[in-house]
Amino acid sequence: MTWKQIFTSSVGKKITMGVTGLFLISFLLIHMGVNACIFKDLSFFDANDNGDMFNRAADFMGKTVVIRLMEVVLFLGFFVHIIQGFMLEASNRSKRKIGYAVNLGDKGSKWYSRSMGLLGTILLLFLMLHWWHFWIPSRFTHAGLENEVILSNGRVSHDMFALMKATFSEWWVVIVYVVACISLAYHLLHGFQSAFRTLGLSNSRYISLINAIGVGYSIIVPLIFALMPISMKLGWVG
Amino acid sequence: MEHKIINVKLKVWRQKNGNASGGFEMYDANDISTEMSFLEMFDVLNERLIKEGKDPIAFDHDCREGICGMCSMFINGRPHGPWQGTTTCQLHMRAFNDGDTVVVEPWRANAFPVLKDLMVDRSAFDRIIQAGGYISVNTGNAVDGNALPIEKDKADLAFANAACIGCGACVAACKNSSAMLFLSAKVSHLSLLPQGAPERKTRAINMIAQMDKEGFGACTNTGACEAVCPKEISITNIARLNQEYLLAGLTS
Repeated sequence: MTWKQIFTSSVGKKITMGVTGLFLISFLLIHMGVNACIFKDLSFFDANDNGDMFNRAADFMGKTVVIRLMEVVLFLGFFVHIIQGFMLEASNRSKRKIGYAVNLGDKGSKWYSRSMGLLGTILLLFLMLHWWHFWIPSRFTHAGLENEVILSNGRVSHDMFALMKATFSEWWVVIVYVVACISLAYHLLHGFQSAFRTLGLSNSRYISLINAIGVGYSIIVPLIFALMPISMKLGWVG
Repeated sequence: MEHKIINVKLKVWRQKNGNASGGFEMYDANDISTEMSFLEMFDVLNERLIKEGKDPIAFDHDCREGICGMCSMFINGRPHGPWQGTTTCQLHMRAFNDGDTVVVEPWRANAFPVLKDLMVDRSAFDRIIQAGGYISVNTGNAVDGNALPIEKDKADLAFANAACIGCGACVAACKNSSAMLFLSAKVSHLSLLPQGAPERKTRAINMIAQMDKEGFGACTNTGACEAVCPKEISITNIARLNQEYLLAGLTS
């Protein structure tokens, strides 16, 4: 059996989706961890932080070689997950030329399990907006990042915190980000446990454990992400 | 249970043959005993159609006791009708109320082409079994059952999977028309037992290859198959099949 045969079979394509999906899930946790540094500015912690902790974290992520290299792997992961996802969706849809007059619908499965292609497309559109808001300015154009700040560790860096504040000053941006977080939550609610099943986890004790962790992850991570634009708009942070 | 006589309206898919384009037709099934099975109700309707000189509705059936896997109707949006863990032949008319309209469609999947009316060609399943759903043993005299010790839990699990009757409800219910629940039952049934060990790797690889060739879709773990399976085969078997496939792919 060749590698090509493995990865072009229906199970092989799903394995690709599962592996890249779990990789993206691990990335989300790091992304959330770094961004959650903005919450240091909450009056509960240190109202005078003004994004220093977040800017130090962003500076570290931007200037460390290993992380720069992982960024390339990350883009590869996104690319494979998105392309393979669209190809699978198209292929699966083509397997029933004549549909039913009365559909099984929710009698057999959850709507979000059946709508991974739609949720993924919403996330891709959001991702493009998100890159335009933050990734492209921070890597290339430096639009909105003209002012530099001196960090508490003595380093000089872009003020990413100020860029976040400026971006989330508009309601439509906040709403789009919250909708994206809700889509992400449902995408994860199916994807998290499905990835493990695809990779062959069949032990019922571990499946229960993964299901529980999956539900927790799918609620907590998107919720914390959604709180970022909301807290900036409402002035809790910044 | 209370016995009633009911009248139902049937909206049935009619199609002359595989090349013809079909459509729905309405029928009245009157004076139906609630103790009749769904197929018996069709028998009554067909008797009437024959008397009227019309073409009776073609449907698959054989044992009518829920074990052969021939009956295959998609009733009101669910394979084998509204009851859990039941084949169409074991579905009784007490599941319906007087005056109900019941929509009956054939299984829909490119891999299961319609032959006539409610009959579909499920020989794709036979070819998947031929690709690896067997064990090779030189049969001679029957071996004593105790000669090969098997862990009770595994024997029970293999038996639960052997209960798959290959009716195709999993494919009919799946949004991707995937046959993975069927394959996973067949693969699990054999690979859990020592007799299935010698061909374990080639079985998973060859059966999946045949499934892809037949035009079934990929599994996305939605769980619709498990919800409608008349033998209540668990979706966990699909994870076991994935594991078998991955290990076979990496080590063979």
